[in-house]
Amino acid sequence: MKKTLLTAGAILALAMSPAAAQNKTVKIGFVSTFSGPTAVIGNDMRNSFELALDHLGRKMGGLPVEVIYEDDGQKPDVGKQKTEKLIESDKVDFIVGYIWSNVLLASLKPVIDSKTMMVIANAGPHQVAGELCSPYVFSTSWQNDQTPQAVGEYMNQKGVKTVYLIGPNYAAGKDMLQGVASTFKGKVVGQDLTRWPDQLDFSTELSKARAAKPDAIFVFYPGAAGVQFLNQYVQAGLKGQIPLYTAFTIDELSLPRQKDLALGVPGAQEWVNDLPNDANKKFVADYITKYKTRPSFYGAQSYDAANLINSAVMAVKGDLSKKDAMRDEMRKANYKSVRGPYKYGNNHVPIQNFYLQEAVKNDKGELVLKTVATIVKDSQDRFHSKCPMKW
Amino acid sequence: MLLFVEQTLNGLQFGLLLFLLAAGLTLVFGIMDLVNLAHGSFYMLGAYFAATFTALTGHFIGGVVLALIATLMVGMAVEVIAIRRLYGRDHLDHVLGTFGLLLFFNELVRLIWGPAGMNLTLPSWLNTSIELMPGVYYSMYRLSIIVVALVVALVLYLVVMRTRIGMLIRAGASNREMIGALGINIKLLFTFVFGAGAALAGLAGLMQAAILTAQIGMGENILILAFVVIIIGGIGSIRGAFIASILVGLIDTVGRAFLSDVLKLFLSNAAASTAGPALSSMLIYLVMAVILVMRPEGLFPAASK
Repeated sequence: MKKTLLTAGAILALAMSPAAAQNKTVKIGFVSTFSGPTAVIGNDMRNSFELALDHLGRKMGGLPVEVIYEDDGQKPDVGKQKTEKLIESDKVDFIVGYIWSNVLLASLKPVIDSKTMMVIANAGPHQVAGELCSPYVFSTSWQNDQTPQAVGEYMNQKGVKTVYLIGPNYAAGKDMLQGVASTFKGKVVGQDLTRWPDQLDFSTELSKARAAKPDAIFVFYPGAAGVQFLNQYVQAGLKGQIPLYTAFTIDELSLPRQKDLALGVPGAQEWVNDLPNDANKKFVADYITKYKTRPSFYGAQSYDAANLINSAVMAVKGDLSKKDAMRDEMRKANYKSVRGPYKYGNNHVPIQNFYLQEAVKNDKGELVLKTVATIVKDSQDRFHSKCPMKW
Repeated sequence: MLLFVEQTLNGLQFGLLLFLLAAGLTLVFGIMDLVNLAHGSFYMLGAYFAATFTALTGHFIGGVVLALIATLMVGMAVEVIAIRRLYGRDHLDHVLGTFGLLLFFNELVRLIWGPAGMNLTLPSWLNTSIELMPGVYYSMYRLSIIVVALVVALVLYLVVMRTRIGMLIRAGASNREMIGALGINIKLLFTFVFGAGAALAGLAGLMQAAILTAQIGMGENILILAFVVIIIGGIGSIRGAFIASILVGLIDTVGRAFLSDVLKLFLSNAAASTAGPALSSMLIYLVMAVILVMRPEGLFPAASK
């Protein structure tokens, strides 16, 4: 009897030990930009991720969470190097972050080769939604084309007949301009792709746009470049002449520096500060209390990324070796997203609403972004059919 | 046609801005024989000073004047504290030493002003556009940059060519031992020239701040172009720097404005709009290579070399 008990105990211990030994912590690698003029974006993503961990009691499925933040310096080669380091020497369980599409594309191969679970919190190059989709790669943002597609729809509603497109010459810039063109029913009378990220003087492009005499100008410049573009658009005297439509150019991070120039310039986004769901109210209120400033959509997506990972770790009760079970759980998007409920497409890109947002003055006289209308309901990216994944 | 006028003005504005930066660089290089990679830091400091002082005083012109004085002071202080020790050494030491200064200033600005950058707010009379001729609108601010830079170029030319100080500067460029032997306080002259170069860079930076916002590291990209300008123009030559700056400004703008359209004549639309910007950013370096093959000393080599 005693022997049987001992044997049973030993077998039990053997069966338990690998899981217990492997999963002392959930190790997460976070790649974003923490230096240079766009470091404000990386900081907002980090702040929101940390806030999500606070809300989760800094534990996922009973395991403590360890996050390693790495700075890509907005450079694809550096991003790739940092990603490889996180996978090979830190042996992270999850890899999260990525603002820039070109940095993400450069970093993707080591992630897919090592089958590391990945949650992209911003970048959305069409390749990742299409032929490069992977069972272990999820997005809590969008495919690049989706937001400008919504802007294109909005321009149709406003009766815009001709448009001039301006954006930066890199993966996301090209996606964005093609995104607008894909839904816009009028004529694209010209387009410019500018050197990225070092060209910040847009005089040439603004002159060309003016000469083309379009009904509207569409522009995509994320981060500090968006502030500069808007300044120069006003200085060139275009503000009264040709209306501006934007994607990712006016957000909570750039607004304090764009000030009144941003008033009345429409844009689209899947998340705005004032979305009326409980998860979002808690996120925004606690963020403002902790960091004394408002969060941006970059932060909202990072906050969601932490909660998406948590849902997966909970589902396998902390056994992080069960990657397939975690993937199946993540496909359900079974957590309280701050944008409200959404579904995943076959390529792990959200199927979600896009809202019209505009900068307005609130009752305290501060500039804030406000949801004006829903432009597209349940938008799915146009590359999902190129992704071979089915489930 | 209207577009062409506007683009020429854009090119001229960018070229003149480059000239302000290149003039200081070429003065320091020509006279002190010093390769100064920290020149872009004064450009950055000018921008930050202007943004800070205009915000503090609430007065645009006053803030700009204060910023210029501050950049001049910083420039002279840097010369006395750090640069002075580098004169006797070779160019590699200059590069290392001034590169260290560049990193130092970037970190200093990050400590003082934070990583986010600063806006220089323009008064409303500058923040508009005017109709130059029927149908041609141009930014009032960019026009004023052209005017200011032209005036500065003229003053610089007169100072260097027509005044006693200018004569000493030119003499120092040809033979610095001789001018020292003539009883001129060469140390003081060098401090002054270095400070003036810094102030010119600061002027370029503060004018650019209203267009691009003040940012850490903003001097590095444009410094490369300023080096291209002094190499094309001939090292140490103000006249060369002036002509080369305008050449580079025009080539850059014209390339950006029309190269994609030219490429569309024999490439597909998608290929042309991707290749256009990439090619136009190489155009300047191609021109530099061609000029160097034909005139290795640059277009207007300084007489002393």
